[in-house]
This record gives sequence, structure tokens and C-alpha cells, in this order.
Amino acid sequence: MAGLPVVEIDKVSFGYDAARPVLQGVSLRVEPGSVVGIMGQSGCGKTTLLRLIAGWLKAGAGATRVLGESVGELDSEGLFALRRKMGMLFQFGALFTDMTVFDNVAFQMREHTDLPPELISDLVMMKLEAVGLRGAAQMMPAELSGGMARRVALARAVALDPRLMLYDEPFTGLDPISLGVIARLIRTLNDSLGQSSIVVSHDVEECFGIVDYVYFVSAGQIVAQGTPAELRGSAASFVQQFVRGEADGPIPFHYPAPGYQADLDGEETQSSSLATAQACHG
Amino acid sequence: MAERTVLARLRTVLAGLLQGFERLGHGASAKIWRLGYAARFFAYLLLHSGTAFRRFGLTIREIYFTGVLSMTIILVSGLFVGMVLGLQGYDTLQRYGSSEALGVLVALSLVRELGPVVAGLLFASRAGSAITAEIGLMKATEQIAAMEMMAVDPIARVVAPRFWAGVISMPLLAALFSAMGIFGGYLVGVQLIGVDEGAFWSQMQASVDWREDVMNGVVKSVVFGVAVTWIAVFEGYDAPPTAEGVSGATTRTVVFSSLAILALDFVLTALMFTGGNAK
Repeated sequence: MAGLPVVEIDKVSFGYDAARPVLQGVSLRVEPGSVVGIMGQSGCGKTTLLRLIAGWLKAGAGATRVLGESVGELDSEGLFALRRKMGMLFQFGALFTDMTVFDNVAFQMREHTDLPPELISDLVMMKLEAVGLRGAAQMMPAELSGGMARRVALARAVALDPRLMLYDEPFTGLDPISLGVIARLIRTLNDSLGQSSIVVSHDVEECFGIVDYVYFVSAGQIVAQGTPAELRGSAASFVQQFVRGEADGPIPFHYPAPGYQADLDGEETQSSSLATAQACHG
Repeated sequence: MAERTVLARLRTVLAGLLQGFERLGHGASAKIWRLGYAARFFAYLLLHSGTAFRRFGLTIREIYFTGVLSMTIILVSGLFVGMVLGLQGYDTLQRYGSSEALGVLVALSLVRELGPVVAGLLFASRAGSAITAEIGLMKATEQIAAMEMMAVDPIARVVAPRFWAGVISMPLLAALFSAMGIFGGYLVGVQLIGVDEGAFWSQMQASVDWREDVMNGVVKSVVFGVAVTWIAVFEGYDAPPTAEGVSGATTRTVVFSSLAILALDFVLTALMFTGGNAK
């Protein structure tokens, strides 16, 4: 893991407005060749972090360097040039529904290269073979199962052999077989293509099985980090709650609310008062 | 004590009024901001239209979806509008003994007004709503985001070909509508009622001016094409990525496009057919 980090985030803060910070002072590194997991419960800021790395959002404070470029300072052309070296697998694949599987995988090659059609065809078939779907080349996305669509999207994302792969919840909504297939593909493609990868997920077992290093995010901050083995042995209550899937712990089960007793037989809420008033007048 | 109560009430009323003004101001500024955003979007779209022409196949494909697939409704509507014009026109003209002028009435009504306007309204409902829904759903299913992530500008690749396909299709559809309408007027006037065929066509040829009538109608349909397709692509691109968001955007496309066509038609008619001498 020698060389400059592929992604280096230093004390980054971000919020859609000043009153609601999503990320606060987050720092992380992705070393070349590694697969890094960013984990945390839904709404903790994981996807926002991924969007900062991809340059969709600009950090309010701190530095985001990706593949040697300072993402926040790039103009749209610079950002597009950077994204040509990156690939992203979206949560539900985001395949172009008006194109066949073949055309989806060929999309970037046709847009960014002047390769002859025969060569593009060979390359597409190689990518589809890698994800086991060469036989589905002429199918439309609507004809694919969720797992197959995710694999096609993976083939499309690695079409131009990106140096950095971003995975946004790649395991969501998959059956156990597809889930295992996708997880193995992420690791295999990363190692065979010499990439670096960031996997945003809340699926502990699958994620721990393929990543080299994990960052736990909670309420917009990195609350724990380490290798999967270190985190399994961690005594930190947040990590324990997350790894064991316990309902209550540092992350409360209940959303903040006034006293339960007061809601049951105390003061009426506004809507119930209105309903009562209407019933009386009716 | 009573003074305090009155003062408290006055304060409440004032606070309510202030809140009302704030909401009004916020709503108005949001609308103006969106209008500005739509204008910037249009400028960006025009500047990034190169792909739509360099790879004209992309635009041709969209012409098929927006233009060719709209032909059925345009042709059928044109035929019926022309037939109704034939009936109504004959009924009025024969009272003044000038039923031979039926061809002129049908042709001028269609070429100047009904062709561009009705074809535009149908185009907004059939193709405009489809464009908005398609782009909105592409956004909701992250296809637009995926394209951006692949370093492909979605405005150049997705929006511009649809926009230019609409601008190209609209005058052609309006011409087809007018042609079909004239045929409908001929069917009713000449074949059904028995107006003299020679008078029907010759008076039409003599009275319909190529530049004043036909070209002005074409200009109108091009303007409507730009307005409808701009509204359609903008609403789709700006739609919130939810089911309600896309449904609301589709509705807005049809409503705003229809209003824009009617308002623009008035302005263009005032400019074109008064010769700038309206008093």
C-alpha cells in the first residue's frame, strides 16, 4: 500500500444549511489498492461523504483530495476529467432503461473513445463475462432481476478501468446469493484491475468480508475505524451495537419525543383536538 | 387592563400580517429565482447543443418519439377540426352568398391560427408531457446522476437532442395538421355539401399569401416548439426525484406550455397581422 493515498479527506465539514450539519470534521484516507468500507446507520452522512468524493457536493470546510486533485477547486471540466478515472455503482444500478445491457456497458466507451465498433464489442463482452452476464447482452434492463441489474451496472462502472470505484449501498435489496456474488466481484475486480474502492454500506457481514479497513460514521462524525478484525474485537459501545445489530445503545431506538404518558392520556395533540372539535360540530 | 388586551391583539394581528407578507415575498422570490434558473438552463442548453447536431442520430431518434409518434393524434385532430370548420364556415358564408370562399376561410383559419395553436396544444399534451416524465424518471432512478458520474454531460446528451427534436418536429406537425384540416374542409365543403371544387381551390390559391400567411404560421409553430420543448425539458430536469415530483412536473408542463402557446399566439398575431399599425 505504498504511494500517495487515492482519497484523502481532511477535517471536512458539510451541511445543506448552517443549522443542520451533515458532516463535521471528518478525516479519512484510502490507500492505493485497498477496499475501504464506510459504515453507519441510515442518514448518518455516508452517502453525503461519497458525493463529496465524487464532486457532486462541495465541502463547507476542510480538504478533499481525490487521485491527487483537490475536488473542491475543480471546475466542471476538471471534475469531468477526474470522473473519467472513477467509477460508481449506484444503489439500484441506475441502468439506462432505453438501452440494452450491451449498450449500457458500451456507453462510456462510445462517449469517451474513438475505438472501432468491433473492439468495443470485444471489450463489452469481456466486461460482461467478468460479471457472468455475457449471455444477457441483448436483454433490456427491465428484463433483469435486481442482482443481474447490479452486476450489469458493475460491468458498466468498470468499463474504462477506473482507478477508483465508489459503491453506494451495493448490497441493498439483494437475495443472499446475489449479495455474495456482488461482494466477491467487488473484491475480485478491485484486485485484478488494480483499483482502489470505497464501499458505503450498512451490511456488516458482507462488508467486513471484503474490506481492508472500515470507518464507522455516526451523526456526521467518524466514531470508530480499523480493520474488520480490530472492530470485531472493539469494546466501543457504538461498534458493538452496530456489529451485533442491537436495537438500543448509543444509537437510540426511539426518535426523540415528548413523554409517552402525556401522549397517551395527557394533553391532546393539535390534530386530535381538531378532530374532536369537528366531531362535536358535526 | 383593556388597553393591554387590545395591544396584545394588535401585536398578534401585526405579527400575522408580517408572516403573510413574508410568505408572499418568499413565494414571489422563489418563482423569480426559478424563472432565472430556467433562463440559465436554456442558455446552457443552447451552448451545449453541439452533440445534438454532431451526432444527429440521437436527435433523429427523438424526432421519432416526439414527432412521428404524435402524428396519429395530429392527423386525426386536423381532419376533424377541418371538417368542423367546413360545416361552420359554410353555414355562415352561405348567408351572405359567398360559400365559394369556404376554401379561403378554412385555409386561412388553419394556416394562420388553428394549425400552429391546436397542433402546439396537442404537442404539449402528447410529446411535452412524455419528455418531462422521461427526464424526470431518469433523474428519479439516478440515470442522470450515473451519466454525470461517467463524465457525460446529461444536458448535452439527454436534454439537447430532445429539445431540438421538439423544435424540428413542431412546425412539421403543424403543417400536417393544417394540410389534414384543409382536406377535412374539402371533404365536407365540396364532397358533402357540394361547394364548387374549382372555386374552393382557386380562391384558396389566390387569397393565401405565402409570406404573410404560410410563413407567419411556420414562424408561430417554431416559436411554440421552442416554448413547449423548453418547458418540457426544464420541468423534467428540475423535477423532484419522487413519484409526486414527476407527476407534478408533468402537469406543470402541460399547463405552462398551453398558457405559453396562447399568450405567445396573441403577441405574435399582434406583431404579424397588424403590420405594426395597430392603434
